[in-house]
Amino acid sequence: MTKEDIAPQVHDFVAKFLQGAEFDDDDDIFALGLVNSLMAMQLVLFLEKEFAVKFAKAELKLDNFRTVERMTDLLLTKLQPAAN
Amino acid sequence: MGALSDTSLADAFRRYAVDVIAPVADAWDAAEAIPRDVYTDLAAQGWLGGPLATKWGGHEWSAAVFGEFCAAIGGASMSLLSTLTVHHMAMSMIAQWGDESLQQRLLPAMVRGECLGGFALTEPGVGCAATDVATVAEKTASGYSLNGTKKWTSGGMLADGFVVLTRLGEEGPTAFWAERAAGGLTSTLISGMLGFRAAMNTEQQFAHVPVTDDAMLGPAGGGFAFVFNTGLDLGRFIIAWGSLGLMRASLTAAATYATTRRQFGKPLAEHQLIQRHLAEMHTSLRATEGLCRRAAELRDARAPNSIMETATAKYFASRAASRGADLAVQIHGAEGCGPGRPVQRYFRDARITELIEGSNEMQEIMLGQYAVAEYGRRPASPRRVKVTS
Repeated sequence: MTKEDIAPQVHDFVAKFLQGAEFDDDDDIFALGLVNSLMAMQLVLFLEKEFAVKFAKAELKLDNFRTVERMTDLLLTKLQPAAN
Repeated sequence: MGALSDTSLADAFRRYAVDVIAPVADAWDAAEAIPRDVYTDLAAQGWLGGPLATKWGGHEWSAAVFGEFCAAIGGASMSLLSTLTVHHMAMSMIAQWGDESLQQRLLPAMVRGECLGGFALTEPGVGCAATDVATVAEKTASGYSLNGTKKWTSGGMLADGFVVLTRLGEEGPTAFWAERAAGGLTSTLISGMLGFRAAMNTEQQFAHVPVTDDAMLGPAGGGFAFVFNTGLDLGRFIIAWGSLGLMRASLTAAATYATTRRQFGKPLAEHQLIQRHLAEMHTSLRATEGLCRRAAELRDARAPNSIMETATAKYFASRAASRGADLAVQIHGAEGCGPGRPVQRYFRDARITELIEGSNEMQEIMLGQYAVAEYGRRPASPRRVKVTS
């Protein structure tokens, strides 16, 4: 999978929770103030299910889930070995 | 017990709750305590840590089976369920976020009931705004040192250790496992609670409590967003099912009383205004069962919406349990207010379910946002890609 495959799906999932607010892939979704404290857990469950990955404990830092870009990058690193 | 079918297990939970727990629940309530050997016996039944992996001594119960366990216990004693809630929250957080060394040391002992866990989040000055906790963790040569005060800690008088939310310097909210045996932990019983009276709620002082490096749960800074939210999600699931059990107990008591108590020459159950109360209780019970089972199915599937559907179940179930217990008291009349009937305890306990694991006002905020996300017709939010050169 490429960045262009992943980012739109992540963007669409996040957009559902942002009540129509426009945002860029490098915007901090938590700083926008439109998502609640349960968003991080929902993101983890969504990404794990949608992309068939399992995050390691060390990867589950809020910083990894702040932007669409960071989530996409994290997924790329996890999906890369399987692609090779 | 793991060999029994799910239905047989649910029946066994109910029989145990009715025969063993319910007869002594009012006495526990009056004494504001539950004997330690109750947990030993539950462990002997194989019912502590049922959802945990078999390698830790659990049975890998489905969420629905665990839910029925919680409903059975909740229908007999919400105080007992409260202490089991925090024990299971602690086990779940250690299983999901702890180092393997910590898991190996703690989880089998927790399943055997030799080590009881607590959940230390709320503080005298911090409730729902959990990320504002003032309890601090400081790095030491051998691990960390915890200092602060927690309050309304369920099962605090019995717990051998606690999952604790602290603030770790610049890293922010960070979770640790702290053990009583390490020293520095003082528990003070909060007596005279409205409900959950036997749950042994405490104020917990942490005075230079030493913890080892492997006692950190999850990543530094991820203590609330991930680790404690995992625990709270499970807590809401347990309280939803426990509220369901409380509703079953309220309806059983009300319907039974209504068939035996006679007024104006016939049983209460034949009076239409009483039938209206019973119809409302029955319908709410069925609706709650549906929400709880849906939450369980989504939880087993690790569906992203399992978290909000669990919050939905908890919100509805807690309100329905309060209303159900209220109606049970109403049907009993003065008899329901005295010490001889458990419905007055159900009424007091049900009220607590609307406050814990995030107050129902917090649930309303989150569920309102969820409703907008799920059903709102929102303007398109096209993905904007920045072009850099």
